[in-house]
Amino acid sequence: MSSHFKKKAKTKEEIPTASMPDIVFMLLIFFMVTTVLRETTVQVRTNLPFAEALTKIDQKRLVTYIYIGPLKLENNQIGETGVQIDDALIEDLSNVRTIMYRKLIEQPKLIVSIKSDQASEMGILMDVQQELREAGTLRVNYSTKRDVQ
Amino acid sequence: MALIKKRKRVEGEIPTASMADIAFLLLIFFLVTTTIDVDTGIGMVLPPKLEEDVTPPPIKERNVLKILVDQQGMVLLEDKPSAISLIRAEVVKHVLNEGRDPAYSEATDKALVSIKTARETPYDAYVQVLDEVWMAYFEMWDSEARRLGYASYTDIVAAQGSDNAVRRKIKAAISIAEPDDA
Repeated sequence: MSSHFKKKAKTKEEIPTASMPDIVFMLLIFFMVTTVLRETTVQVRTNLPFAEALTKIDQKRLVTYIYIGPLKLENNQIGETGVQIDDALIEDLSNVRTIMYRKLIEQPKLIVSIKSDQASEMGILMDVQQELREAGTLRVNYSTKRDVQ
Repeated sequence: MALIKKRKRVEGEIPTASMADIAFLLLIFFLVTTTIDVDTGIGMVLPPKLEEDVTPPPIKERNVLKILVDQQGMVLLEDKPSAISLIRAEVVKHVLNEGRDPAYSEATDKALVSIKTARETPYDAYVQVLDEVWMAYFEMWDSEARRLGYASYTDIVAAQGSDNAVRRKIKAAISIAEPDDA
């Protein structure tokens, strides 16, 4: 075996770098496939709660996120509780209905992932859920982090 | 043969030394932008919107396990103060009662768990309670799957899909109570 390698080294006299691009391309394609680009800047604080009974969402294409939490202000201050869908803060909660209804028409298997701050009150979540029921987007997922005990 | 010939010619002409660098640049870009973590959470299906003139079907008080989470995040289990850690065992007892104890459900397929919150309840407390209830169901599914000869619940899901014998026997009936109008 070793003689075989030696022979090769003698003929070429350097390490072959020809396969280097192929190796790198393979890695590149792996990361391209697994990448989900961050689309939105979240304007509310979402410290997710912890839970054990978790289900995974494998199909990210089906998911729409609703962020609920205190607004992030300048100087690390936090303000009132806000609701954000995609890039926009929702001023009037009744708009949730139309937004989600439109999304449901585009993607009938829509899953709404609710990323809510630990300290948020249930009232606002209830209001959002009522709007979701009106829109007909019934599959929700309360986004949580894994409980490490 | 033609392919090999072509390759040889290209290798001779275009310098491919920079190819690796270009690919590395792209690789680093995707490495930096990648988020590998999978989204996890507690899945729920909201009840469909109630029609104006339809009243929901009556459910016997006995079959409902009422859990109330109040403003301070304290838990009332059937109107009695309780700890979050006790919920799991109570839910299991309630669902698998099969009419033995009059305080719990009549039958497994009729058993229902209702979670009610106040408007001021912190979200964290609600998720903890919901988590405990789900864990109770997961435990029941696990033991039911073992009874049927599988190693765990995940095995039966792998074998029969999400609509399996265990899920048909023990349905996860968790109801998020309608908010009070007041």
